[in-house]
Amino acid sequence: MSKTINISPITRIEGHASIAIQLDDQGDVADAKVHVMSLRGFEKFVEGKPAEEIPRIVNRICGICPWHHHLASNKAVDRCFGVTPPPAGTKLRELMQTIAHAEDKLLHFFFLAAADFVMGPDSDYAVRNVIGVAQANPELATKVVKMRYMAKMMLEKLSGKAIHPHAGVAGGFCRPLLEEERKEFLAQMKELLEFALFTIQMAKKDIFPQYLDTVKSLGVINTGFMGTVDDQGSLNLYDGTVRLMKPDGSLTEFQIQDYADHIGEHVEPYSYGKFPYAKSWNEGFSMDLENPKGIYRANTLARINVADSMATPLAQAELEEFRSLFGRPAQATLLYHWARLIEEVYACERAIELLMDPDITDTDIRAEVEPGAGRGVGCVEAPRGTLIHDYSTDDNGMMTRANIIVGTTHNLGPMNMSVRQAANTVIRGGEVSEGALNRIEMAVRAYDP
Amino acid sequence: MTVKVAEEWLNACAGCEISVVDMGERLLDVLKLVRFVHIPVLMDHKHLGQLGNGHHIELPEADVGILTGGIKNEEHLEVALEMRKKCKTIVAMGTCATHGGIPALSNTYHNQEILDRYYSTETTDPVSSYPGEGIPALLDRCYALDEKIRVDVYLPGCAPHPDLVFAALAALATGTELKLPDKSVCNECPTFRQGKGQLSQMRRFLQAPFYKAPDEPLDQMRCLLEQGLLCMGPVTRGGCGGNKITPRCIAARVPCRGCHGPVQQDGNQLLDMLNALASNGIDIQSLPEYTSLSRFSGAHGILSPKGK
Repeated sequence: MSKTINISPITRIEGHASIAIQLDDQGDVADAKVHVMSLRGFEKFVEGKPAEEIPRIVNRICGICPWHHHLASNKAVDRCFGVTPPPAGTKLRELMQTIAHAEDKLLHFFFLAAADFVMGPDSDYAVRNVIGVAQANPELATKVVKMRYMAKMMLEKLSGKAIHPHAGVAGGFCRPLLEEERKEFLAQMKELLEFALFTIQMAKKDIFPQYLDTVKSLGVINTGFMGTVDDQGSLNLYDGTVRLMKPDGSLTEFQIQDYADHIGEHVEPYSYGKFPYAKSWNEGFSMDLENPKGIYRANTLARINVADSMATPLAQAELEEFRSLFGRPAQATLLYHWARLIEEVYACERAIELLMDPDITDTDIRAEVEPGAGRGVGCVEAPRGTLIHDYSTDDNGMMTRANIIVGTTHNLGPMNMSVRQAANTVIRGGEVSEGALNRIEMAVRAYDP
Repeated sequence: MTVKVAEEWLNACAGCEISVVDMGERLLDVLKLVRFVHIPVLMDHKHLGQLGNGHHIELPEADVGILTGGIKNEEHLEVALEMRKKCKTIVAMGTCATHGGIPALSNTYHNQEILDRYYSTETTDPVSSYPGEGIPALLDRCYALDEKIRVDVYLPGCAPHPDLVFAALAALATGTELKLPDKSVCNECPTFRQGKGQLSQMRRFLQAPFYKAPDEPLDQMRCLLEQGLLCMGPVTRGGCGGNKITPRCIAARVPCRGCHGPVQQDGNQLLDMLNALASNGIDIQSLPEYTSLSRFSGAHGILSPKGK
């Protein structure tokens, strides 16, 4: 008899989603789908509000990556009003975003994902979590918690608020960085870089080798990739040109204001979340495992695949090692974790560069702003992918329209595919175990949705 | 003795959960006092059984149930009701749970308008019908928790400061009462006031407030409202700055937008603010619009489609 297995909710992820697996009469997987359960309506309810207030509203889209929504929104508003922040204003925004990336990756690796590897995919759910990891490794747990707290406190100290920030203001940044704060943050970022290097070395030595077979098989699909690069083709998290890579590795580039020529959003009846796809490939949308159409991925693995290089030396060394092992583009889904730790090194190095920049303490941080009619597209690389906020305003600078493409959503198609691939692999003849279901979730967790 | 805690997020963003994690090393101390039995962001306990074969949402019994987010769909409602049934004490954590929060801005629209917009943006492929298979139906509006279930403890904030979260968890674990500040943000604001001035108009926040030097202490900066910038401090509950006291927006020289909710649980930030401005001789027509004044507290019928 056919039956349905509901993994509800998917846990140790950031949002609200579940998996429905349909088994056929033989107990093999007939179909598997990821349901995205949440719809809040931000695109509608920002209409009619003063545009300069929007960065303090849309940050509530995500409490894990509020800085990225906040800053993409800041950029969109600035462009609607035709204003460019002074250099220090832009650099302080990037500094905040980079520190937010650094803490976010620690959060995902240690708090959400690590349990699958440290405690094992088949361990009891009561210990297969950060609390279990902390009890098994109290010293490491204390260090992780301290390091992440230090990063969050930098955000709070400079801008008052680490979750749901208000630091980016129309035309620039809320307040200058003082010299004594710069010195303090620089010392702290150096400590964080040490910890990032420790983390990736530990993962390469103790974690990834143990799971290499799983990495090469679980949730593996063949797709294109999207990410942002600077004018040298190096990965950039804050600004640059968007690159779209086909599964064969060929690249096209576009400026973010032209995003609608390249990205479409497909709708499926079983998910509130929409499915972005590469419209400019002119092949439509299909999640067929053998012959996908229009499917690309975003987030860490995608960014390091599309980038020619990393802009900082230690991250570049890590990228070279990664590429020598897995090639370009690397397709194995669980490699998102490895790529995340490479980006962690980059984020720390980049924050240090910014803190050594003589402009960073300049007190000219905010340009004069006149509200008015315009259209502005703002984009940053959020931890979970290329994040696009596209706004229009009327003569009074009030919002008339918004289109938001959230980082996580780029991976909805790929996540559905990885779940189907993983389910096919771990469920056979009606045999279902907790460990098998957790392995299917691991294929989702890699995307850090 | 450890206290059993269940936690769930409803119409929420995960910011409150991150605030728990942001307690730093205190988190490790808390974990010695509380035992989580259900918390989807950190732990793999499932609604429909660990093998995914259940038919109804089932949560474990717990001493304390913490809920973040308001209630906007059928699943949120089912989880909230089950949590109420299984927990002795229910904590509404964060301003979405206590007052609807930012997502309750959707209450000025009908669901049809929200769906029509979301599924017709310039990048969205045309559709003949909207998604509805295996996903929970939307309720008519976004509700605060206490509109649907009885709430024992209110912990506002967007997100609540980690210091406040720690104080709340410590109080729950030791069975003591959590005392929330019952005065406004202004009560904790270090800026100085000169009393009523000649001000008649509010400016939008398009320029920095006036202050003399980057390192000038906040107590030498004049009140932002007196500088003509709309600041929701007078109608917003204090405590947002945690142990550092200073309100978090003011610390960045940015005006308050009311994320801690009204000073009294049943207050109305929009009406109270308009009254405060009008009684101080401010022309409320100088505000660009009014809905945003209730951006954190639009549940409880305060925002509705006809009132936009």
